[in-house]
Amino acid sequence: MSQLSITAKRAGWRFASSLPALFGVLVFTFLLMRVLPGDPAVFFASGPTAGKEEIETIRKQMGLDKPVPEQLLRYLGDIGTGNLGRSLTTGQPVLSDLKSRLPASLELTFSALLIALVTAVPLGVAAALKQGSGIDHIVRFICALGVCVPTFVSGLLLIYVFYYLLGFAPDPTGRVDIFTSPPPLVTGFLLIDFALAGDWEGWRAAASQLVLPAFTMALFVVAPLARITRAAMLASLGSDFLRTARSLGLSRRKVIVTYALRNALLPVLTIAGIVFSTMLGANVLVEKVFSWPGVASYALDALLSSDYAPVQGFVLLMASIFVLVNLTVDVLYGIADPRVSVE
Amino acid sequence: MPRNDEEVPSSGRETMVTATASEPLLAIDDLHVRFSTRSGTVEAVRGVSLSVAAGETLGIVGESGSGKSVTAFAITRLLDAAGRISQGSIRFKGQDISKASSKQLRSLHGAAISMIFQNPRGALNPIRSVGRQIADAIMAHEPISASEGRARALDLLKAVLIRDPEKRLDAYPHELSGGMCQRVMIAMAIACEPALLIADEPTTGLDVTTQKTVMDLVARITAERGMAMILITHDLGLASRYCQRAVVMERGQVVEQAAPATLFSAPQHPYTKRLVAASPTATSTIADLAPEGASAVPAVELFRPKPAPGTPLLLEVQKLVKRYDGGVTAVDDVSFSIAAGESLGLVGESGSGKSTISRMICRLIDPSEGEILFDGRAIGSLPARDFHRSEFRRDIQIVFQDPTDSLNPRFNAFDCIAHPLRRLLGMKNGSALTGRVSECAERAGLPSELLERLPHQLSGGQKARVGIARAIACRPRLLVLDEPTAALDVSVQAVILQLLDRLRREDGLALLFVSHDLNVVRMMCERTVVLQNGRVVEQGESRTLFSAPATAYARELLDAVLHLGGPTARMPEPA
Repeated sequence: MSQLSITAKRAGWRFASSLPALFGVLVFTFLLMRVLPGDPAVFFASGPTAGKEEIETIRKQMGLDKPVPEQLLRYLGDIGTGNLGRSLTTGQPVLSDLKSRLPASLELTFSALLIALVTAVPLGVAAALKQGSGIDHIVRFICALGVCVPTFVSGLLLIYVFYYLLGFAPDPTGRVDIFTSPPPLVTGFLLIDFALAGDWEGWRAAASQLVLPAFTMALFVVAPLARITRAAMLASLGSDFLRTARSLGLSRRKVIVTYALRNALLPVLTIAGIVFSTMLGANVLVEKVFSWPGVASYALDALLSSDYAPVQGFVLLMASIFVLVNLTVDVLYGIADPRVSVE
Repeated sequence: MPRNDEEVPSSGRETMVTATASEPLLAIDDLHVRFSTRSGTVEAVRGVSLSVAAGETLGIVGESGSGKSVTAFAITRLLDAAGRISQGSIRFKGQDISKASSKQLRSLHGAAISMIFQNPRGALNPIRSVGRQIADAIMAHEPISASEGRARALDLLKAVLIRDPEKRLDAYPHELSGGMCQRVMIAMAIACEPALLIADEPTTGLDVTTQKTVMDLVARITAERGMAMILITHDLGLASRYCQRAVVMERGQVVEQAAPATLFSAPQHPYTKRLVAASPTATSTIADLAPEGASAVPAVELFRPKPAPGTPLLLEVQKLVKRYDGGVTAVDDVSFSIAAGESLGLVGESGSGKSTISRMICRLIDPSEGEILFDGRAIGSLPARDFHRSEFRRDIQIVFQDPTDSLNPRFNAFDCIAHPLRRLLGMKNGSALTGRVSECAERAGLPSELLERLPHQLSGGQKARVGIARAIACRPRLLVLDEPTAALDVSVQAVILQLLDRLRREDGLALLFVSHDLNVVRMMCERTVVLQNGRVVEQGESRTLFSAPATAYARELLDAVLHLGGPTARMPEPA
């Protein structure tokens, strides 16, 4: 009861204290975009032959002729009213672009994180329980491999093996193949929407498209998760309270799961939060390799064509997600570890 | 000592239950325990034989490294992965458990043999409520429902006399004091009424008054339930009060065993003699602690010339207050003074503010209110952050509690001692520095060949000497000692105390001695200040204060001290 209210208070405080950081990110990205080389007005003129007047007109249209502080103020004002600007490449408002693409990225990242956790935690526990044994070395090898192979290499390898050689996977383009009609939009998460519509055929199609990119991303983050699980598990296996549990004759299951693993999961939770945030940003390579219509590839395209608004919108989105993830981890931590809420 | 050498068939539980009357509850014969370490095999226990009768309390005493805890962990087979029983037998109710399978051990643990550990807070799962942990202990051996488990846990909390047991049921270990955590641990250990309870240093790290109540509780519970107990301790006073028989261990071997009264009044083995001599008692003096060093210390009262009138006291603390954020007042209106060359003891239980006061005087933290006068000059207002630049820094030096953690692990002993000389006196490398360092090391009793060693290559006592040599390097006038011997064995403590006393006499060094060990303070200090909850309860000449305390709190503290040769706890014969 009071535990909950303390956690809520802490979360509120954490959220409030992250607002200045969000504002800083906003201003920084804005300035960075102005400093980067490339003139968007030239880029968006009708062609290389466009005259000086035409470019000047476009510049005026985009508000680029105003001094930078004024541009910043106008930008902040727009954000305050929920207007993130319009993408010049897609011609759509950035907000609606992000809204339609974010679920794709989130679905991919969540699935990858789930796969990574489901693999990494048992691996780490097994490695800790049999320290120095064969399984420990195998886990270490898998971890090393996952870290050293870049995602675009492992992604291409997986495509080569499972699509080209074995033919298990569908062609790696997008979230569903062209023969499947998309489900009615509810959450934007295809797996959920198909399930809600009861279209299991479609669900299978979406899932099979998701497997390869999700595994590619999971492979990359299994290593830190498995290593931290192993280290935390070793620490709690060697702790005094575990010796107490053994001295009282608790069952092996109770000793390992309830006493050792539950304590070991606390650091894993922290790392999982960090890993999730990095994954969202590092998505871009995987999204590119698998033609995944996510926010990261969208932002990369915009950046390459000096399209300010989508990049700024993307950075703001990432910063907000980062804050949210940290907040969630914090709240979960407060629930999982009664010691946290002491101060 | 009676031992039944008959072969007992070890098949199933029946043999365990139907033990013959002549058979002791636990019989250890020629036990050897080996640890494989990086530098080869170490034999921690070398041929220990002992026995415990049903309902009996056996003390195992010895210093660190004597193998007493290893013996206990060998009995319960809870040794580290590196340790194993290489030889000998451990028979519990007639059955050899030294080779029992892990399944057999699980049914023994908690139900037949259970343990209480040192560091009670660490011994409890930090993220599980104590009620559930106690219930876990019961449910491991009895098929009961969760709600029955909770009810039984509540009964056990009542049995170990925890205040507000209903409320504590849902508390987590960090919400309880050390003494309460140990009570919870006791509740878990007795949950399934085991026949044997092994208590491994159960009160080390607890306050004296808590120590007494916890030990009284354990003694009462074991007596009431007819449980046998093995009490492992370095504290001879504790062993003599609570044990019917005591075993002295040295370097993995039993050197002597007898009833504590005879053992400690007329020790036979030279090691026991040394141990008994080194243990501070109600009447011992510094010179008594280690007979070999006695000649070095004049037993006569120190003659100190009266200071010329008008000379200010060395240290004067006036109305000192320390408040922390959140409204906690750690030190509240404390005043006392120390004359040049005088030694003052600061005693009190944890949370009494004694360490906070010593840190404020060393100017490591800033006081909230009040004044600290050194040599008549106010130093309390100099910010702690900048005090290292003050001329008084070298006059006030400190010796810390933990000899290991207070040395830089990358500095060898020479650099540790030279550090203040370089920083505070600006001495450069050269013969002057080398000479000064070896002089300090010699005065602290540290052999010069050890100066090249890193802290992890030194023993606890040697590290304590490095800490002392470092503190006296700048020739301070006031030495603040924060529990300087709390982490040391009694025989090492005896030598260190003699060293400190000698330094004080020879250099006219004033000492502020912070300790929870009243016997040590009585020997070391001319005057004593008793603190409780950040306030001074009583202060005065140690001689009068210790023989006739004026306040109830000081008397309570003194009564809680266990003396060698003191009365043995009244323990009813087990039924």
